[in-house]
Amino acid sequence: MEALLALEDGRVFRGRGLGRTGCTTGEVVFNTGMTGYQEILTDPSYRGQIVTLTVPHVGNTGVNDDDAESDRPQASGLVVREASREGSSWRARAGLADYLRQHGVCGVEGIDTRALTRHLRSRGVLRGCLDSTGLSAEQAIERARSAPRLEEQDLVDSVTRPVAERWLEDRSPLLDRPVREPRFRVAALDYGVKRNILRLLAGSGFEVIVLPARTAPDEILALGPDGLFLSNGPGDPAHYGHLVEAVRQLVGRLPIFGICLGHQLAALALGARTFKLKFGHRGVNHPVRDERTGRVAITSQNHGFAVSTDGLPDVLRVTHTSLYDGTVEGLEHADAPLFTVQYHPEAAPGPHDSWDLFDRFAELIAQRGRRPSARRSA
Amino acid sequence: MPRRNDLNKVLVIGSGPIVIGQACEFDYSGTQACKALREEGLEVVLVNSNPATIMTDPEIADRTYVEPLTVESVRRVIERERPDALLPTVGGQTALNLAVELDREGILGRFGTRMIGVNREAVEVCEDRERFLAAVSSVGLEMPRGAFVRSAQEADAVRREFGFPLVVRPSFTLGGTGGGIAWNPDEYEQIVRHGLAASPIGQVLVEESIVGWKEYELEVMRDGADNVVIVCSIENFDAMGVHTGDSITVAPAQTLTDREYQQLRDAALAIIRAVGVETGGSNIQFAVDPATGRQLVIEMNPRVSRSSALASKATGFPIARIAAKLALGYTLDEIPNDITRETPASFEPALDYVVVKVPRWAFEKFPDTPPELGTQMKSVGEAMAIGRTFPEALQKALRSLETGRYGLGGDGTRVVDPKALVDRLRTPNWERLFYIKHALLSGWSVERVARLTHVDPWFLRQLERIVDLEGRLRAFSLADVPDDLLAAAKRLGFSDRQLAVLLGAGEEEIRTRRRAIGLRPVYKRVDTCAAEFEAHTPYLYSTWESECEAAPDRRRKVIILGSGPNRIGQGIEFDYCCCHAAFALAEAGVESIMVNCNPETVSTDYDTSDRLYFEPLTLEDVLEIVDVEQPEGVIVQFGGQTPLRLALPLKQAGVPILGTSPESIDLAEDRRRFGALLDELGVRAPAWGTARSLEEAQAIGERIGFPLLVRPSYVLGGRAMFVCWDAGSLAAMMQKAVDASPEHPVLLDRYLEDAYELDVDALCDGRDVVIGAVMQHIEQAGVHSGDSACVIPPYHEAVRRHLDDVREVTRTLALALGVRGLINLQMAIQDDELYVLEVNPRASRTVPFVSKARGLPLARLATRIMLGETLAELGVREPADSGLYFVKECAFPFTRFPGEDPVLSPEMKSTGEVMGVGRTFGEAFLKGSEGVGTMLPRGGTAFLSVHDRDKPGLLPIARGLAELGLRLVATRGTADFLRSHGLAVEPVFKVNEDRPHVVDRMLGGEIQLVINTPLGEPSFYDERAIRVTALKERIPLITTLSGAAAAVEAIRSLQAGERDVFALQEIHRAG
Repeated sequence: MEALLALEDGRVFRGRGLGRTGCTTGEVVFNTGMTGYQEILTDPSYRGQIVTLTVPHVGNTGVNDDDAESDRPQASGLVVREASREGSSWRARAGLADYLRQHGVCGVEGIDTRALTRHLRSRGVLRGCLDSTGLSAEQAIERARSAPRLEEQDLVDSVTRPVAERWLEDRSPLLDRPVREPRFRVAALDYGVKRNILRLLAGSGFEVIVLPARTAPDEILALGPDGLFLSNGPGDPAHYGHLVEAVRQLVGRLPIFGICLGHQLAALALGARTFKLKFGHRGVNHPVRDERTGRVAITSQNHGFAVSTDGLPDVLRVTHTSLYDGTVEGLEHADAPLFTVQYHPEAAPGPHDSWDLFDRFAELIAQRGRRPSARRSA
Repeated sequence: MPRRNDLNKVLVIGSGPIVIGQACEFDYSGTQACKALREEGLEVVLVNSNPATIMTDPEIADRTYVEPLTVESVRRVIERERPDALLPTVGGQTALNLAVELDREGILGRFGTRMIGVNREAVEVCEDRERFLAAVSSVGLEMPRGAFVRSAQEADAVRREFGFPLVVRPSFTLGGTGGGIAWNPDEYEQIVRHGLAASPIGQVLVEESIVGWKEYELEVMRDGADNVVIVCSIENFDAMGVHTGDSITVAPAQTLTDREYQQLRDAALAIIRAVGVETGGSNIQFAVDPATGRQLVIEMNPRVSRSSALASKATGFPIARIAAKLALGYTLDEIPNDITRETPASFEPALDYVVVKVPRWAFEKFPDTPPELGTQMKSVGEAMAIGRTFPEALQKALRSLETGRYGLGGDGTRVVDPKALVDRLRTPNWERLFYIKHALLSGWSVERVARLTHVDPWFLRQLERIVDLEGRLRAFSLADVPDDLLAAAKRLGFSDRQLAVLLGAGEEEIRTRRRAIGLRPVYKRVDTCAAEFEAHTPYLYSTWESECEAAPDRRRKVIILGSGPNRIGQGIEFDYCCCHAAFALAEAGVESIMVNCNPETVSTDYDTSDRLYFEPLTLEDVLEIVDVEQPEGVIVQFGGQTPLRLALPLKQAGVPILGTSPESIDLAEDRRRFGALLDELGVRAPAWGTARSLEEAQAIGERIGFPLLVRPSYVLGGRAMFVCWDAGSLAAMMQKAVDASPEHPVLLDRYLEDAYELDVDALCDGRDVVIGAVMQHIEQAGVHSGDSACVIPPYHEAVRRHLDDVREVTRTLALALGVRGLINLQMAIQDDELYVLEVNPRASRTVPFVSKARGLPLARLATRIMLGETLAELGVREPADSGLYFVKECAFPFTRFPGEDPVLSPEMKSTGEVMGVGRTFGEAFLKGSEGVGTMLPRGGTAFLSVHDRDKPGLLPIARGLAELGLRLVATRGTADFLRSHGLAVEPVFKVNEDRPHVVDRMLGGEIQLVINTPLGEPSFYDERAIRVTALKERIPLITTLSGAAAAVEAIRSLQAGERDVFALQEIHRAG
């Protein structure tokens, strides 16, 4: 079954359909990770995006019950060179193509993903239309052009939980990491949170209350949390004024740890600006330097926007920097207990080099807990 | 962290001769390291006994010592040079072991030389399994259960505890020498005994078997600030139980989820820290249970390895170069990634292609060894291929091997014996891939094949795609095959040759059709980053996609065809020449474009040439590159037989060939036309004839007399070449020769007994001829020239007085053949007459040796000639005699093939070479011997046993040994003969006579030197026992009289204590 991927600038790639037969649009991005397609597909941060994987063989280990980062695939579409028909792994429960079909995700295989990646690298990310219903190239290009821009969409609302819930799933039996008994309660704002973040929080000594993205600050405080976690999520941070405002009200009142979109929202709340990267950072090999120690961590990244160093408010210090392009990868507040990272310390997929940030969050709270002014109110 | 400033002079140790398990990859890593150190302004002192390496080129280091890699000789270098530091991690296990010994003996301490890159502690932890196990356990990881065994009794106890199968690994041996997998008590007892003997400390590790588990390797780099990155993951197609060097391997790993991969990554990081490798690269092997995912650590190499060379080529991340910089104190983030320029080395390469490495074996050279694979490495080389998918890369790798296969079958070659199918699937062997293919073709399910082979079903399903497509193609002819099916086939890696066979057409017709429909490959770049950043280095591979990134420029440019995978007879020497061609082109301002598929080599370093095509060396692949690049010409004379085979077809396709014309090269190979030329020029050659049948051969035998040298034409390295002493044995040898090369006639030459053999390498520009060197072989004619030690200058008076004739004949033939570039001649002197045996108007195996000995870069000059310059313009003259002797000695793989008789013959068996330099022939020969690990005795007892034919020749040798104070023992015949000439000789029993026989005495440590020339069939088993025992007991074994005579000189030199070390830079300045 023929399929095509048409970009808004008129370039068209032809291949074979994969997964659901249909038509989908989204921002076309690429990820250079060589493992972790199931985690990528199910990462809510990919909402609104058609993901190209640069690794040629995808689906080799099938899909399993443990590696999903949310309860279903989130990406709008998947573009690969070769999809394996059957997965080979003792953990595999299904093949990739069946999984996509079952969840109604459209994909395309057999295209020159390297040419596509080079195109996106030089042109920047573009809107695209992935079609396996037989649209002509012109029709598909037209759909790409008329697709909503990522910056215009309320994507967080489409992925956040409807109601608050306590994270009762596994803490970290799947991870090679000692599990600490809960010491603190953390409110985790779900902008599209990945399961592994919740797992790691739970395993690092937190009782985790996961909250819908639009939960009001006073509702959060009413839960009596020891800390606030701001999660990853899809879309343009500058589009989410209401979320930024909520964070602003909580800075200084609770110790805060933010990842990815959470990092961007915190920065915006403190007066920083964000901007769109030409083609984003998506992969599991990104070097990030900790400016305080000089150590370099290899990190998992997935972001199309970044915090600008231009006009960065004095209260924010850059703690982490990308060694690829020098962009901000981590911030901390000069006075308030707040630190954030642009990359994904929870990995899944990617290296575990930065798992210690979850412990750092617990330490931050523990230190603060010793101060009388920060007694638990509830 | 900026680089440490307490270092000015660094000693680098190379890995010595090419042997199985330690090949060109260490020339690649060593060369990179030397260059990286000198970039930092450090003075580099290099010791490596192997003259065929690029690293021993006088331009690579400041001071280059081509000396044996022994504690004694490196001590002399250290004493003389006083380096501040020693970098031992780029010369394989040889350099690492040597560094540890130097440290242990206090030599490093005495001269204030510090080890950098690794410390002794870390090396010892990795080598000592008990300590390694402790380190691994300390970070919560597991290894297979195992126990150390030092005796048969201990072995028995372990067997009872663990049950079969059991893996036996001798301690402290290279590439698993002497190990194996035992499935029953008999095998176990035998392997343990063998392993205990092979281990220098008499210890083996017996482990629970994890045969059939998935096997992975991770290449890890750590810097002094404890930043760690994984450069590459490698997955073995063959499950645990086959040595990684003998496995088909794939990068990146294909059948792990992110979760399992990250667990391995975490483990690798924890181990490198626990072991304490401070900076540099390490390689860690893991096994993963396919049923449960349980992960075990297998082993770690705290140094640059064969796998790291592969990983460097597979990713574009130059591990050895970076390791050298890290050893100087830099951190990964301070070192730029040369390919992207804008990003640092502190990252993990992302691949958007698949790399497949396939080993190449030489079982045909070792007929007494079963062609099975186990924990002991047996392959002599490897080819790597890059494709966008695994099937594509695999098929490219298979045709890169040059074993007559053009992909996964479907190429007209059938080697499969269906009756043996189950056995061939179950027991790993070098042809197993083709049996797997056969099974799939016969309709076996992937699951069934997986059960027998333990190959992951994912790989098998990929093979099934190839098999299915082959089936679809067979339903068509070229006339009716649809275009899209052809395109699908190309995308799965099918070669034109396979398509030709499957569609019943000619290869050329396929090409014509393909080109007519615009079905052409594109070239993509290896860029370390999956296209995330722009690649500034044109490191390219072909594939079948929509976008080509070759971006050829319009400079003056030349393509150099490399030599493909290493094999016996064609190895590093030819790669050396190809690299020099690239250097010469750079000097001349011409763009160099390298084509090669051997991941071990310097030529496939993207830094060596301006552009690198990592591609198979077949006509199809080369023509496509030529078409994209449109070079001024192609150089075929440096890469050995591989490019020579392509010379005529390329020329016929209209591709300009630089240098000597392919017709001249062909003329020299064609015995009939070449014979006519010699007659015409009045040059004497041994009487000869060509035969296609036994009758014709017998007629020739009658005409020219015995002994005869019988050999097939157009084969490499003396394959199926024999000396035939009488008409009776002719039939069997003719059959073998015909089998080896059925399309061509068999050559029969009169074999010149008791002749001195010579090799000449020379340059010719069509007008002038400059002799590089005349080499005298130490082994007599009849031993393959590649297996014979040789010396510059000729030392025997009977040879020296013919040197003017030798020069004249060389000149005459070079001009007559219209040579533009290099020419090699083999000659012999018998009874004061000079004969020409062979002429090769191309680079020979001795070019690097001659270049090092004489300070004349032959291949570089030859390239300039090919570009149109003349010898006069280049100012090249024959160098003056330096007053030193240079001996080339050969390294043999016999310890890897314990069933083989280690005797020299016209069939080449050596894998590598060393050079010994001395003021006397004896000193040079002694160093040559030491360089290949033959430690000649200062005194003690020599055992002599020679063929009747050799007895007169033995006399002066025996006298010499007696004069030097050695005691002589001999078998009865030899003893009687020597006694009758007044020598004191003690007779000793042959093995089949009585006890204690000679082997008992060897095992008892009573014999320090064995001189044994082959006696022929009747005493074959007796002799073989002697030779095999000598090999196992590491008693120097000499199987030719001329070799024995040289050994006498060497022992004389040893006793006289004349010993010095020489830097090439001094020698060449003096000369």
